[in-house]
Amino acid sequence: MIREPLIFEISDKGKRAFAMPPLDVPKAAGFLDGLDVRDEIAGFPQVSEVEVVRHFTRLSHQNYCVDDGFYPLGSCTMKYNPKINEKIAALPGFAKVHPYAPVDTVQGCLEVIKRTEDYLCEIAGLDAFTLQPSAGAQGELTGIMLVRAALEKRGNPRKYVLIPDSAHGTNPSSAHLSGYTVQEIKSNADGMIDVEDLAKRMNEDVAALMVTNPNTLGVFESDICRVAEIVHAKGGFLYMDGANMNALTGIVRPGDMGVDVIHINLHKTFSTPHGGGGPGSGPVGVVKELIPFLPTPVVVKTATGYALDGNRPDSIGRVKGFYGNFLVVVKALTYILALGAEGVREIAEIAVLNANYIRKSLEGIYHLQYDASSLHEVVFDDKIQKDAYGVTNLDIAKRLIDYGFHPPTMSFPLIVHGALMIEPTETESKRDLDAFIETMKTIAEEARTDPAMLKAAPHQSYVRRLDETAAARNPVVKWETPKSV
Amino acid sequence: MSYIALSDKDKREMLARIGVEAPGDLFRCIPEGVRLKRLLDLPPAMAEPELDRHMTAIAAKNTYGEYESFLGAGVYDHYIPSVVDNLSSRTEFVTPYTPYQPEVAQGTLQVIFEYQTLICQLTGMDVSNASLYDGAMASAEAVLMAHRLTGRKRILVARSLHPQYRETIRTYTQNVGLVIEEVGYGDCGGLKSAELRKKMGPDVAGLLVQSPNFFGVVEDLKACAEIVHAHKGLCVAVAAEALSLGVLEAPAKQGADIVCGEAQSFGLPPAFGGPYLGFMACAKEFLRQLPGRIAGMTKDVDGKRGFVLTLSTREQHIRREKATSNICTNQAWCALRATMFLETLGHDGLREMALQNMHKARYAAGVLAKVPGVKLRFSGAFFNEFVLDLPKPAAAVAAALKAKGILGGLPLGPFEPGLPNALLTAVTETATKASIDRLAAALEEVLR
Repeated sequence: MIREPLIFEISDKGKRAFAMPPLDVPKAAGFLDGLDVRDEIAGFPQVSEVEVVRHFTRLSHQNYCVDDGFYPLGSCTMKYNPKINEKIAALPGFAKVHPYAPVDTVQGCLEVIKRTEDYLCEIAGLDAFTLQPSAGAQGELTGIMLVRAALEKRGNPRKYVLIPDSAHGTNPSSAHLSGYTVQEIKSNADGMIDVEDLAKRMNEDVAALMVTNPNTLGVFESDICRVAEIVHAKGGFLYMDGANMNALTGIVRPGDMGVDVIHINLHKTFSTPHGGGGPGSGPVGVVKELIPFLPTPVVVKTATGYALDGNRPDSIGRVKGFYGNFLVVVKALTYILALGAEGVREIAEIAVLNANYIRKSLEGIYHLQYDASSLHEVVFDDKIQKDAYGVTNLDIAKRLIDYGFHPPTMSFPLIVHGALMIEPTETESKRDLDAFIETMKTIAEEARTDPAMLKAAPHQSYVRRLDETAAARNPVVKWETPKSV
Repeated sequence: MSYIALSDKDKREMLARIGVEAPGDLFRCIPEGVRLKRLLDLPPAMAEPELDRHMTAIAAKNTYGEYESFLGAGVYDHYIPSVVDNLSSRTEFVTPYTPYQPEVAQGTLQVIFEYQTLICQLTGMDVSNASLYDGAMASAEAVLMAHRLTGRKRILVARSLHPQYRETIRTYTQNVGLVIEEVGYGDCGGLKSAELRKKMGPDVAGLLVQSPNFFGVVEDLKACAEIVHAHKGLCVAVAAEALSLGVLEAPAKQGADIVCGEAQSFGLPPAFGGPYLGFMACAKEFLRQLPGRIAGMTKDVDGKRGFVLTLSTREQHIRREKATSNICTNQAWCALRATMFLETLGHDGLREMALQNMHKARYAAGVLAKVPGVKLRFSGAFFNEFVLDLPKPAAAVAAALKAKGILGGLPLGPFEPGLPNALLTAVTETATKASIDRLAAALEEVLR
């Protein structure tokens, strides 16, 4: 299999894929005088249209995507992305609208924002949402800043944020950027927050507890209501990382469990495509007390239609330009309307059914460090294969590629060594789940009979194991035109 | 409408294997008391045809498309070649995740590598990241980066930096003890170098200056960099109109240490504010303080070239609270569109588009400034937008133009209380001579 060259390697002087129509205004004279201008953009590509088209078409063939097959990347919620969503987001009535347009000319856009906020409030059981954050991590940052602003208003922003060791890695850095020192809470033998430990650690210097629920083990924090009581009793806020809401929609609402502030990943739970790493969207939902602090501007409904309210003296300010990743919100709203109330509950029911089906089918073949019941994802590890045959989770993951599957998540949770974190989501068919299960069994067998072959996997991909250590030690992060040319 | 792929028989068989009776039994770990006993209060499910109708009707409530628009101010209407829409909608680019498994993500990784190269070529910098959320957030991250690199807590920000970027910087820095101070602009519309000289000092991490700035005026980056460097501070050049880099000298060559900004102009529609594309590039020695993902070149076990995400030791999943930033998901698909846009336009196309913006904006500024009572507010050279000084409040004039079907620009009063009569007008290559002449005629009528 031949790799597609870099565009710079097929570029040649004078070639072009695009030309401007002739200028229809008189040419300005001397317009560059006094400006520091460039005559050329050194190294910039010059190719024909068909070359551009073939370049990207061939590159596309070197990507695995959800439409190719099973993509059980735990915590990332790689569910099917409906095609209607793309069609709607591309409508010129949405895509071509300028964000500084007068509000009476953008009532449709404002309706999309307000209705999505309202539906998310109902789904999360909270009082208000902001759609401004561009991704989950920015949602976390926004959420903790809201907590800080509210505590400052009360007179003391406090010092610490408590974060369980099973949390997403972005949680601690978001808390840190909000000016807090992070204190880690250890998980108990069931993979859940140790409530006794929390009670001892919670005091009036702690601003918030950031809990991921279900946590990164796919385990529901069963003591969540008690956790909320403990945090609230000392005047702190309960932050919930809602990246795993796929397990809960229509089943239980975070607000009803005592959660004060949450971020939800629209690209996960509400099926807006991940695009190879964004754009995402990380709306933040809050209880009443935190509403005055939300980022500005806020969409409000008035007697004459929708308006933008930027006059919020207690607001934390703006966390990005304009109103969020609007077209991502359009896709999420389209998805919610397609599903309706029953469909939104079905997301969680089937996601959890699919995950437990995999769990039950692979139990004993792969090791489960935590016995607690799983919701939408299940975390196996490589203990059985590693102890007996020296085969690691990396080897298993790379071998899955040969069989046409995307590997599961391996980098976390940090508390499970050799993790294989599998999240099937609700959109997978039983046929595909069965094929995956059979493959995992085959690989377990191969670990016993031919571990060397597993260690050399993948065997079928465009490139095989890549040297990531060399890439980091001697970073080459752009193309340099060879000196001899 | 549902997107579930299980038949009733499938569900029964799966429940039987798990050993429970109903899907609801799998939620026993959730305390009974908080479990929802009702359906959510959401509208009933819609089948695709009615959903299509419903959403199309909402889009039709936006009347923006009926107007001739000269709005810019950080978001620009540029022609997007068909190649970009067609190729970027390939499902292999739309529906994968972050390329954590490089063997099955070489497409995405090579595109990021090419994107990083293009950004370096445009800015003249050594290294680029794989994208940030938008220009506002990139500016805030640049401030944090300048602070990390210098250990200094005061940061100077040009008053002529986009107001939303300044607001975002304030939000991002309010809890980490940084002090943000603004440097004003003069009659040319550019940053006052005397004021910069006065405010600059050995405790200042650096200066953020946008060029072309919020008023469209091209800044003297060289002069700014000299003053900032005299105190060993960092010069951060911000571009809200990245197309200008097709003609204006690369910021690195003018002394910038970090270049960041908004690349919406490269193949992304205005989209009511997003998704956009924040970019950031810097000198090689700052690589390990650069926030966000980075793709690097390497070899596989057979010696074949390949690409991976690299330098992840800067990131939150390794360093947790000590990471260079909290971001993980970025705007990869937007960076893909920018890559397609730039490679399609190519060297000559990009320069032609940038030059046409300059010619058309100059023609427009000429005919508009001939309207009785109207003049250009600033004397500095501009790229594709400029500020008109009107004989009456700009908001009223804009409203009157709107009644004639034209959105003539952004009234600056709400952003700069000292400029109530100022209208920020953008003229890109998509404006025609006829549309510019119509704007001039309408303005004359409105002011008569």
